[in-house]
Amino acid sequence: MANLNLVQAINLALIQEMERDERVLILGEDVGANGGVFRVTEGLHKRFGARRVVDTPLAESGIIGTSIGLAMAGLRPIPEIQFDGFLGPAYDQICSHAARMRTRTRGAYTVPLTIRVPVGGGIHAPELHSDSPETIYSHQPGLKVVMPSSPYDAKGLLISAIRDPDPVIFFEPKRIYRAYREEVPEDEYTIPIGKARVVCEGSDLTIISWGASVLQCMESIEKSSRSIELIDLRTIYPMDLDAIEASVKKTGRCVVVHEAPRTGGMGAEVAAQIMERCFLYLEAPVQRVTGFDTIMPYYKLELSYMPDAARISGAIDAALSY
Amino acid sequence: MPITSILKLEIERVSILDEHGNYDEKLGAGLIPDGDLVKLYEAMSSCRYLDEVAFKLQRSGRMGTYPQNMGQEATSLAAAYVLNKDDWLVTCYRENCGLFWRGVPMESILLHWMGDERGNAMPRPHFATPIAVPIGTQMLHAAGLAWASKYRGEKQIACTFFGDGATSEGDFHEAANFAANLDLPVVFCCQNNFWAISVPGKIQCSAPTLAQRGIAYGMPVMQVDGNDIFACAYAVKQGAERARQESRPTFIEMVTYRLGDHTTADDARRYRDQAEVDVWKERDPLLRTRILLERKRLWDSSKQEAMQARIEVEVAAAVARAEEIVAPPVSDVFNYTFAEISADLAHQRDTMQTHSLASDAPVAAKGD
Repeated sequence: MANLNLVQAINLALIQEMERDERVLILGEDVGANGGVFRVTEGLHKRFGARRVVDTPLAESGIIGTSIGLAMAGLRPIPEIQFDGFLGPAYDQICSHAARMRTRTRGAYTVPLTIRVPVGGGIHAPELHSDSPETIYSHQPGLKVVMPSSPYDAKGLLISAIRDPDPVIFFEPKRIYRAYREEVPEDEYTIPIGKARVVCEGSDLTIISWGASVLQCMESIEKSSRSIELIDLRTIYPMDLDAIEASVKKTGRCVVVHEAPRTGGMGAEVAAQIMERCFLYLEAPVQRVTGFDTIMPYYKLELSYMPDAARISGAIDAALSY
Repeated sequence: MPITSILKLEIERVSILDEHGNYDEKLGAGLIPDGDLVKLYEAMSSCRYLDEVAFKLQRSGRMGTYPQNMGQEATSLAAAYVLNKDDWLVTCYRENCGLFWRGVPMESILLHWMGDERGNAMPRPHFATPIAVPIGTQMLHAAGLAWASKYRGEKQIACTFFGDGATSEGDFHEAANFAANLDLPVVFCCQNNFWAISVPGKIQCSAPTLAQRGIAYGMPVMQVDGNDIFACAYAVKQGAERARQESRPTFIEMVTYRLGDHTTADDARRYRDQAEVDVWKERDPLLRTRILLERKRLWDSSKQEAMQARIEVEVAAAVARAEEIVAPPVSDVFNYTFAEISADLAHQRDTMQTHSLASDAPVAAKGD
């Protein structure tokens, strides 16, 4: 066991998968000698060399497009897109090719790649460095979308993503890259994609969240006198609907919390699934605490945009007093 | 300080077999043996005839939109001919002739345009990627495939085809830049057929050649007569050798012409003059190859007739095979989304034709 933060846990997962599997290589902007702008690939260039940790030209579509070719040829590329807001130029390659290749060739070609992307606000970054695009990619059939909120989960989920036979977008909540440390086993382990984690059990209300917002949910739960269950989805798509259903049937009340904009966000999908699966168990309408249908503000106002413990507590109260 | 010239550029244009059938013995030496030339001519003829049949299939409602290859047969065929069997051929959708030479069955291409994904299932023996419909995206895949080969220390290279319009797409520039800067063994074959649907080449590129786009990325470039199978073979061979031996990319502009419409959904008479088309009909790659074959006494009208009869049987059989393939089960819509589909996706699959998702939820609330 080692006491690691999120960045260190991801770094360890990358090292172990690269040592285990010669097919794994990392490519992206500044991932080499610089170790990535967040230092997630720190030391990897030195350890594995320029053949396996590759600084590419500054071109996101190129990074993903060449990764698709690498993956089609049987390698296991791990491209890094430096920031959430820079994923846009690669959208076409991700959605027009990576997501579709298995379907449109009836399995003759597959694209086993893991796209790592730091996401979300809260680090006082310039514009386009603080977005939460998980809904966009969850809506695209053929992609798996993962977002861990803890070092332990990050390591196990990243290893699963790298070994997955299909394209996975691995969103890393940059706000909590170094927020805290926890015990992370030195040995390799996997956490299945598509399985949520019950962070804490409770009987009065269920909070469903993912990514950095999980920490604000915990803060809110600590302040509450009621028994609240917190589910960290960990995988946004495919969503662990059974975990949501089991919890909401138990508590009858639900608050969904995410940093991404509200309309058509994954919170809406969670609410719809609860309507389909748990309608007669509900004691109150599903509450949403989300970002807003606005452009993510520059950093002076970003904390007002992101769900905080006070807003979450307000939603908890609304659901409980309904 | 004086002003000095720091860079002078030169682009070679290669022509070996011109439109009148004049053949440069020296440049063509050893490129295509006579026996192979006959086979290549037959391959082009067969591809041309398939175009005619496909057009009729579309017009009679037996096939969806289809892009004819007419006039551009020599380009991809030359590449498929000179490349190794396991070199990647990364095409868009006007390279039937090269794909057939590679061994991709004719019915696969037909099946694809008949709206069946199974037409895109091109397994490894062909080393051909599926037809790429969005313009200009596949060159990056070629760069990645070539990169994988280099990564593994293998000698396999990638050869990719795209049109003049595709060189306006950002992905082309990223692919060229990646290949040049990361030393990837790629041969970029740009089929300049002068028209991107209705938009003429001058709107895609103000420079006098497309070849010089490759120079901008530090790549050796060449322009060839794209209707001259010898010139195309010459250039791809050189590019392939460079890729294999030096792990460097090459950019080849193959100047050709789309004799037909963009696709069966297009009517080129709306935007281009018949006079222009007539000029290019004289430059047809099939015509000049036949002239050369006849001059070499390898071909005559009786052979032409016999070939035509064979081709008609061959194409009819391919059409019959494609049309015999019944629609896949609707479950296929779901089953290839992932290697292993989620419970929710399986539920959508299992209920898609019976009930609404809500009324048929796996664990209905009332039942508990």
